[in-house]
Amino acid sequence: MKISHRWLGEWVKSGLSAEEIAERFTLAGLEVDSIEPVAPPLDGVVVGEILSVEPHPDADRLRVCRVAGDSEERIIVCGAPNAREGLKAPLAVMGTTLPGGMKIKPAKLRGVDSQGMLCSEPELGLGEEAGGLMELPGDAPVGESLAAYLGLDDHIIEVDLTPNRADCLSVRGLARELSAITEKPIVSPKIEAVAAVSERGIDIELDSPEDCPCYVGRVIEGIDVTAATPLWMVERLRRSGIRSLGPIVDVTNYVLLELGQPMHAFDLDKIEGGIRVRRAAKGEKITLLDGQAIEPDADMLLIADHDQPLAIAGVMGGQDSAVGDNTRDILLESAWFNPATISGRARRLGLSTESAHRFERGVDPALQRIAAERATRLIVDIAGGRPGPVVEAKDEEHLPDASRVTLRLTRLNRVLGSELDADSVDSILERLGMEVSRSDDHFKVVAPTARRDIEIEADLIEEVARIYGYDRLPTRHPGGEIVVKAPPETRTSERALRQQLAARGFQEVIAWSFVSQAELDALSMGEGAQALANPLSREMAVLRTSLLPGLLNVAGRNLRRQIPSFRLFETGHCFRNGPEVFEESWRLGLLMTGDIRPQHFSGKSRATDYFDLKGEVEHLLAFNAVEGKVRFQRADLSWLHPGQAARLLIDDKPAGWLGQLHPALADELELDQAIYVAEFDGRSITARRLPEHRDSGRFPAVRRDIAFVVSDEHPASNLIDAVRESAGGLLEDCVIFDQYRGEGIEKGFRSLAMGLILRDVSRTLKDREVDALLETVLADLEDRFGAKLRG
Amino acid sequence: MDTPASQSLLEDALEQVASADSERTLDEVRVRFLGKKGALTAQLKELGQLPPEQRREAGQEINRAKQTLEQAIAERGEVLARERLNARLAEETIDVTLPGRSVEPGGAHPVNRALDRLLDIFQRLGFEVATGPEVEDDYYNFEALNFPPHHPARAMHDTFYLPDGRLLRTHTSPVQIRVMAEQGAPVRIVAPGRVFRSDSDQTHTPQFHQVEGLLVDRDVTFADLKGMLSDFVNAFFEDDLEMRLRPSYFPFTEPSAEVDVRWRNPDGTAGDWLEVLGCGMVHPNVLKNCGVDPEEFTGYAFGLGVERFAMLRYRVDDLRLFFDNDLRFLRQFR
Repeated sequence: MKISHRWLGEWVKSGLSAEEIAERFTLAGLEVDSIEPVAPPLDGVVVGEILSVEPHPDADRLRVCRVAGDSEERIIVCGAPNAREGLKAPLAVMGTTLPGGMKIKPAKLRGVDSQGMLCSEPELGLGEEAGGLMELPGDAPVGESLAAYLGLDDHIIEVDLTPNRADCLSVRGLARELSAITEKPIVSPKIEAVAAVSERGIDIELDSPEDCPCYVGRVIEGIDVTAATPLWMVERLRRSGIRSLGPIVDVTNYVLLELGQPMHAFDLDKIEGGIRVRRAAKGEKITLLDGQAIEPDADMLLIADHDQPLAIAGVMGGQDSAVGDNTRDILLESAWFNPATISGRARRLGLSTESAHRFERGVDPALQRIAAERATRLIVDIAGGRPGPVVEAKDEEHLPDASRVTLRLTRLNRVLGSELDADSVDSILERLGMEVSRSDDHFKVVAPTARRDIEIEADLIEEVARIYGYDRLPTRHPGGEIVVKAPPETRTSERALRQQLAARGFQEVIAWSFVSQAELDALSMGEGAQALANPLSREMAVLRTSLLPGLLNVAGRNLRRQIPSFRLFETGHCFRNGPEVFEESWRLGLLMTGDIRPQHFSGKSRATDYFDLKGEVEHLLAFNAVEGKVRFQRADLSWLHPGQAARLLIDDKPAGWLGQLHPALADELELDQAIYVAEFDGRSITARRLPEHRDSGRFPAVRRDIAFVVSDEHPASNLIDAVRESAGGLLEDCVIFDQYRGEGIEKGFRSLAMGLILRDVSRTLKDREVDALLETVLADLEDRFGAKLRG
Repeated sequence: MDTPASQSLLEDALEQVASADSERTLDEVRVRFLGKKGALTAQLKELGQLPPEQRREAGQEINRAKQTLEQAIAERGEVLARERLNARLAEETIDVTLPGRSVEPGGAHPVNRALDRLLDIFQRLGFEVATGPEVEDDYYNFEALNFPPHHPARAMHDTFYLPDGRLLRTHTSPVQIRVMAEQGAPVRIVAPGRVFRSDSDQTHTPQFHQVEGLLVDRDVTFADLKGMLSDFVNAFFEDDLEMRLRPSYFPFTEPSAEVDVRWRNPDGTAGDWLEVLGCGMVHPNVLKNCGVDPEEFTGYAFGLGVERFAMLRYRVDDLRLFFDNDLRFLRQFR
């Protein structure tokens, strides 16, 4: 809402500057976005009058004007099409600098001396449209400073209102606030009933009283649509960002700004029978004022005649029934529409109108008749005409009443932590226009009808608090009773995870939660992807099913920025329509690529490989003592290298995957180096074992190494599991310290060397026992995997 | 009587010890004099051939010589060992100013770095961290938070919808409903997480992060909210900033406020008022929706944008940098 500082000043003589008002409004909850001067400084621009116009001897387009201004007459050469004898227009005298930077100097235009310049609105920074010279009213005093004449010593205050404060979408409402804040009285213009001088009324039917319980109509016959809107009104409209469009529309817009009542005027000749306010029927059509032809939805309210729709109620009028150049008689509409009936309809039609903006937030339900009288007065004054009687169709039952709310002083002080007394509270409420009756600590309050936002006690508490001033209310620092709550020790926090990974060289990234379906499909991860109903773009149309696309995206971008080696991670939610339920899960994703470490003088680095990634994963799991039995299993996942892909199992349940990105995919994505990626279920890998002490034993451990040849078809993890099983409780650790393929070993087989560390916590192991145990282990390996002791 | 043989032997030996230039030569000296076939050992063996009255004195003489020599060898040995060590260490000398060998360090994303700090402060203030889903129902995201259907307040949230009517949460406030509906009052939580709005321009990204806090108890007042927020803001920025509350509107709080802090310019002077968060006293309807009696309990809630705090704290001037994931940018926040 943009409002002129001067206009507001007519309602409340606060004596405050625009900046001061902005500050007070902002601290009372009406946030002021900007304060702009209504015009740039226009020193040296005065009201001029063209006394005569002669053609230019040497140029068809130019005219030579004799102009009266501040002191003497002067000759000005002018190219404006509307330059004519008797026209009053702004005159920039010699030496003036115009807002655009142009300096007025004596000039010779095609041989004729020109002394000064007659100006258009854009040249003065007063408007966008240049239809020639700015035309001033005939009674404008020649020689007066234009700024003084137009009252340009003014500011536009732009208030960014929250949706609950529809009452402030008018000068009246803002004045009420200013009066409450400054404790200065409010002076509203007198609005008196305009007596009917014609008998012509109109028939109004409220077919849907819950949508429209009040419709005030008034016919005005014989208006002059060519009458000029007075300059003061044009200026006020302009300062609120509304263009002048002819006297009738200007008046309805003026009343909207002044009182907050959106109004509409119909060409009476176009109305068949009378007015019917009703819901739209199927198949109806209407062309709106903006030229858009629509079929209104069934939940839209129409202003119709007995034949067809005339307007979408509260949103926009129709083209056919609009006031035009030939209009003589009009019907003025001033109605109250239920906010729920208007809400969202304009948006659905791609419209945003001042009218809908107010109706969907709630207009004062007691204002319709007053606004109609106000508009009638202004129209008759400006465009003449004979008003008929006010016709009011009203359904009291559906028209909201003023809110009645009880406020308890003790409750107020309990919520605010304050000690306000009853008199201060009373005074604030009354300044806000509330009717207050007090008994002890209870205030029975009737809110102004415009305050649709006052519904319950808490609303009144806020009113008192904001007018009193949030800053003046007491402050209490944290203290008192402490509730001790610690995060569980059996859960690795997201922050700990972040710090551990960072310490291992992983940089955290945050990718979009949205991806494209194509991106997922390329990775064979598109199944079950959830699409958005209203995505921003095709690239961000579905929810990610995995963190992988985001990581690859980031990797690609950084590789193209010539950063060849890095480790990335992200934690975040992924989404998938599972076979039965929608799954939303928290995941951790890793990506490693490039050299394993930065260049070093001591020798060459090497490229990251699968075991670097797996090592990091194992480190993470071990460092956090992940709950459950961890296993890695060969996996067949289409986005991974078929020979370098594994699944992580925790207690035999899948908990994630890791491996090299499929080289074909890497190619497709133009990532021309090996990329290692992993993704895990966040909850599984952050479940942490609570340590429980066991005796470490003071007896020495025995290490025995064995080497055996075994077929490649048996993964190492199975062999280790088997050894653990056979060796039983005495096996403390088991490491594979060598793997050999090649000469002396049959193709398809490998030799593995394994170190077994054995210990008994209660005694020293005897050689005999150890030998026997080793034999069992080897026998089991041979039995189960055909492993042969390597000679 | 002339000098005993042992004496001249000793002098010779000591000379050899002194001139031994390696541990090995020294050991050869030891063997030559003190070994099984050594010269001094031989003298000891020859004692028996002396007349008995000379034996004792000669024996003592030889033993003294032997001790002197042993000590000299030991001392020389230490010297030589030290020299050998020094020589080895000298050889091992490297240019300690050359770079070390390690992996490139990683780091937290600046938004999460700020988030961790925020949560740390709130946890110290006794708030527990609570989380919830990012795909939400209309009920949790709007209705239970006192957004009436079709209310223009909903238009303040440009919402991403799924075709079935569910939506991506536009704030983390639904978590307060979930927790309060489950636990009842008193409750003291902060809910961090990703939120989504279908808005994308220079100052808006379709996803960002929020921390929403809720404290409901007996006798919680607006004064407590003001005090907690001012302590929190100053803790986060490690400063003593002027703070003000401006009345505002959120459907789920009443009274509601926006919080501004008076920012400090790099030169230390007072700068502009910057909006940093929204807050208010929990709306009675929200408490009722969660089965909490608003006459018995009152509470406050607040919500802040993590990106906003990260931008202020680390002086990042463009929101979009956070989601560009350029490593040259991210690595500045280690």
